[in-house]
Amino acid sequence: MTLATTVGRLHLATDSTTGAAESHGFLSPTGVEIAFLLVGLVTLGAAVFTVTTRQLVHAALWLVVALGGLAVEYLLLTAEFIAWVQVLIYVGAVVVLILFGLMLTRAPIGRSPDADSGNRWAAVTVAVAAAAALVWVVVDAFRTTWIDLDGPAAGSTAVTGASLFQNWVLPFEALSVLLLAALVGAIVLSRKAKADRAAGTGGTAATGRVAGTGRAAGTGGTAATGGTTETDPPADPNGADKGGVR
Amino acid sequence: MHLAYPAVLSVLLFCTGLYGVLARRNAILVLMSVELMLNAVNLNLVAFDVWLSKAAEETLHSGQALTLFTIAIAAAEIGIGLAIVLAVHRNRGTSDIDKLRDTAEGHEPDGPDTDAPAAAGTAAEKAEATA
Repeated sequence: MTLATTVGRLHLATDSTTGAAESHGFLSPTGVEIAFLLVGLVTLGAAVFTVTTRQLVHAALWLVVALGGLAVEYLLLTAEFIAWVQVLIYVGAVVVLILFGLMLTRAPIGRSPDADSGNRWAAVTVAVAAAAALVWVVVDAFRTTWIDLDGPAAGSTAVTGASLFQNWVLPFEALSVLLLAALVGAIVLSRKAKADRAAGTGGTAATGRVAGTGRAAGTGGTAATGGTTETDPPADPNGADKGGVR
Repeated sequence: MHLAYPAVLSVLLFCTGLYGVLARRNAILVLMSVELMLNAVNLNLVAFDVWLSKAAEETLHSGQALTLFTIAIAAAEIGIGLAIVLAVHRNRGTSDIDKLRDTAEGHEPDGPDTDAPAAAGTAAEKAEATA
């Protein structure tokens, strides 16, 4: 009987490498793969729109589509708990935080002409080169590797909770301390700036002068276009600074 | 499912985020691109965890636990990052990372943008803004 089990193990071992390619077929995708591909195209397109659109609020809304698409991809990979955490934290909290950030930094509603930096083509070159190299390496490395999605889900809430609270308790608790530290840090950052501003306008005027001297000529055009949409708050030292962001 | 599908999607998302980090000027758009890169890493972690949990009988589910930790750290990061961006915007009246070049090295006296010194300057400012 030991011989039979050994042979069976050998057969399983070869199955995982060479036999898998025969049983799956290279260019005959399953339904899950087709769904993954379609949702992946939507996700990638939304991500590209996020980094290329010139309207800042639209970028945040395309980010919602990209993150939601990633949640669907997690569901297709049977990682259910991660998918719902993704929806809750990313789509629910992070994007709302980003929208609040856009609102508080007085982002323009329409198209902002200077959303992209001057080194845009260098960025395109770097990104395309990195994508080509990484896709080549990844496809070459995992050409004969298949994920077995049958059987019980690998990422259901029960499985994830069991492993999280059996094996990962200490990092979990450390993470709660880190979240507390981040919360306190964010509050301190916000309060300190507010206290400085309330202390006197001399400091802000000084910093505004430093930031605004060389930029007045460069941002004059955008300040003229951007100033039509919003009223200038009186606390800001001069108008040349506010044209740049928008 | 072929493992190359999630791996390639993760690579493409990461490079999209890389382009966004390098090419955007608004600090909040840079933070969004950082979120895209973190999500690409998360997708990789989940895909390899699902693969290894069946192929290698890995029962720790380290990939999914790390994904949860990454999501929590990303939430903390975006909170701190936005607080810094708001503080900078309150003090300077701008959240344009090309204009925050107090720590930039070089002789250029804050003139109009040229590509060569802008790369070093924006890298430092990005590190400052997203730290």
